[in-house]
Amino acid sequence: MQTLVAQTGAAPSLFSPEGVVGIIFLLTVALVVAGAFIAVNSKRLVRAVAGLAVCFTGLAGVYYFLLSPFLAMMQMLIYVGAVSILIAFGIMMATPEEQQSVGMKSRSALAGPLAASVSGLLFAALSLLGLKTEWQVFPREGAGDIKAVGLALLTNYGYVFELISVVLLLAIIGALVLAQKGRN
Amino acid sequence: MQLLNLYNCLTTYLVIGALLFSFGVYGMVVRRTVIGMLVSSEFILAAASTNFMAFSRFTSPEPAVGQIFTLFIMAIAAAEAAIAVSILIAVYRNYKSIETDDLTDLQG
Repeated sequence: MQTLVAQTGAAPSLFSPEGVVGIIFLLTVALVVAGAFIAVNSKRLVRAVAGLAVCFTGLAGVYYFLLSPFLAMMQMLIYVGAVSILIAFGIMMATPEEQQSVGMKSRSALAGPLAASVSGLLFAALSLLGLKTEWQVFPREGAGDIKAVGLALLTNYGYVFELISVVLLLAIIGALVLAQKGRN
Repeated sequence: MQLLNLYNCLTTYLVIGALLFSFGVYGMVVRRTVIGMLVSSEFILAAASTNFMAFSRFTSPEPAVGQIFTLFIMAIAAAEAAIAVSILIAVYRNYKSIETDDLTDLQG
């Protein structure tokens, strides 16, 4: 099993294997940030959805670095493969051509800078909270691999697992009913 | 070069989560269409799951729990996106628009 706590040893050099891993991680984070920036700031909605897909691809890499290849695969399948495509279909079905670029016209001149400053303050506060707090680290007992995840899903969290499948079924039926109403 | 050791540190992932959350909040305020707000809400959910994953990897005694919660968040997000898109289609049929400023029938 990999190390539990942050390694505080000597920093790896640029061309060692650890250094290359670090570079790949930085590229992954850059993908996340760039995708989120495109998704929030682009004028056309289609580009926003493409940015969403890029950001979630990077986030799958981040999950891989968090020692969970299974969650990385699920992120690619569910978010990049299903949710982004679903939103793209929504744009195609519910947006006339001339309206596709109105997404960013802000309500007043104040709305944009106000939103930017509020979210910037939120980011600063949450980051400071993460940086300043002394997080208590407990000794690791479970393995955390896919076998442990499957066992916990079917034993301790079996009830929630069943409930989530009921929620998904209801979502399917509800989506069908809602989208069918008013169709001529 | 300490920059290359960032991936072994809990706070890096917390900062990524905070960044995604603030991008989501910014998009929620600035966007004027329902689809743009839907995209932003996905960022807020992704921020929550990033935090769950980070804490389960670095501090939790049982690392499977955070992954399971992230799976549940993914399922909820998929259901939410499906419902939201179908509501969007129904709204578009009635109003011929998806801008939030046009949906003001209850405003009086």
